Amino acid sequence: MTVHTASLGGSEADQVAAVLAIAAGRHFGGRAAIEGLARESGGASRQTWSFDAVVDGKRHELILRRDPPSASKGERERSAALDRATEFRVLRAAWQAGVRAPEVLFELAPQDGLGEAYVMRRIGGTAIARKLLRDPPYAAARHKIAGQLGEIVARIHAVDVKTLPPLAHRQAEDQIAGLRHLLDTLSQPQPVFELALSWLDRRKPTPVQRPMLVHGDYRTGNYLADETGVTAILDWEGAHLGDPVEDLGWLCVKSWRFGAIDKPAGGFGSRDELWSAYQRAGGDKVDPVRAHWWEVFGTVRWGVICHTQAWKHLSGAQKSMELASIGRRAVETEVDLLQLLKAAA
Amino acid sequence: MAQDRPTASELLGAIADFLREEALPALDRAEPRLGFQMRVAVNSLAILEREARLGPSANLREHERLVKLLGRDGTLDELNRELARQLRTGQRDERDTALMAHLEATVADKIAIANPKWR
Repeated sequence: MTVHTASLGGSEADQVAAVLAIAAGRHFGGRAAIEGLARESGGASRQTWSFDAVVDGKRHELILRRDPPSASKGERERSAALDRATEFRVLRAAWQAGVRAPEVLFELAPQDGLGEAYVMRRIGGTAIARKLLRDPPYAAARHKIAGQLGEIVARIHAVDVKTLPPLAHRQAEDQIAGLRHLLDTLSQPQPVFELALSWLDRRKPTPVQRPMLVHGDYRTGNYLADETGVTAILDWEGAHLGDPVEDLGWLCVKSWRFGAIDKPAGGFGSRDELWSAYQRAGGDKVDPVRAHWWEVFGTVRWGVICHTQAWKHLSGAQKSMELASIGRRAVETEVDLLQLLKAAA
Repeated sequence: MAQDRPTASELLGAIADFLREEALPALDRAEPRLGFQMRVAVNSLAILEREARLGPSANLREHERLVKLLGRDGTLDELNRELARQLRTGQRDERDTALMAHLEATVADKIAIANPKWR
């Protein structure tokens, strides 16, 4: 999650505040005053707003997640991300199953005019990896985070699939095909990614007997933590059914260590710490070969995402220096892939 | 015709230094969101500075290796396209030591430009 507060003043913020006052009043049953409304995330299409609703003297600290009407469809079709209504239902099921996730409260109606949107409780903590990894207030938390992440993801995988909305079921094979398809949409050939995908293709893990809820983007940068450790898992739009080890492999991709390269579990601990916490919390025994496969897969996936982010700018869909510059990060994953394949040989 | 100095690399370096040392602190005080964007810009200029210095010879070396590996000539793009095709169809794989030496060298040259601190 990119967090930088934009200065506001335009009519968009006024419109959002007016709609939130009505919707929050409806939900909490009283007249709601909206205070401190501020846009938090960078993208134009998938917005996050922070605000307080004061109802009968009681202050509710809240977050609005929103896809504006104009941006909703095209963007999502390309990215295979969940629509907001489905995301709301996944979050509700996860929260009810005891997962440390934000508590979702209510959805906005189409006639409210904000696009697809819902409101959830705001949770304390920061998602900024650099701070969590280096700043003094988080010194004690740093020793706990790997274990907490293992425990929380076990709870995610244990969510009863019957409580979930319909979700795509993605096996290893579909995932490989998806990345090859994305590579074909880019303008440049990518030998290292092709090599790694063929390597993965020849070693596909057997499909899981019982597909589980997979978060799909479980990594440092996508959860909040404070001085006590992890407070909430965010960014659920990649949720799907599939192999639970996918989440464990993705978390260990080197890019999510943010420089703490000797700590594979998101920059905070060893794979063993992560896996044993996962198993203690009820997760299935982790097969190291399967976990390594998903880590290699995740490394290719992040490399391809770097190129598709840059492509949003290059194709003219979304002009952005920040997106363009991400294209030059892809080679970091090529370095990692050659190391991973060498280590596996 | 050769341009006068500063070279592309020298000029890019001078711009990046100015932005980082003079413009960025002022921007951080006035408008933090733009400060973040400016860091991205400064980082990108540093990549371009290294590319101007190291890119041409890296491309020549890559081309030479590809011609030898594939046993044919063509543009860098054509040769990489052929290599990517062979890798997807499984005609070559990681057991091919000449292939792996080529990829190691190519990636080493790319990361030296994009992010020399990556490890």
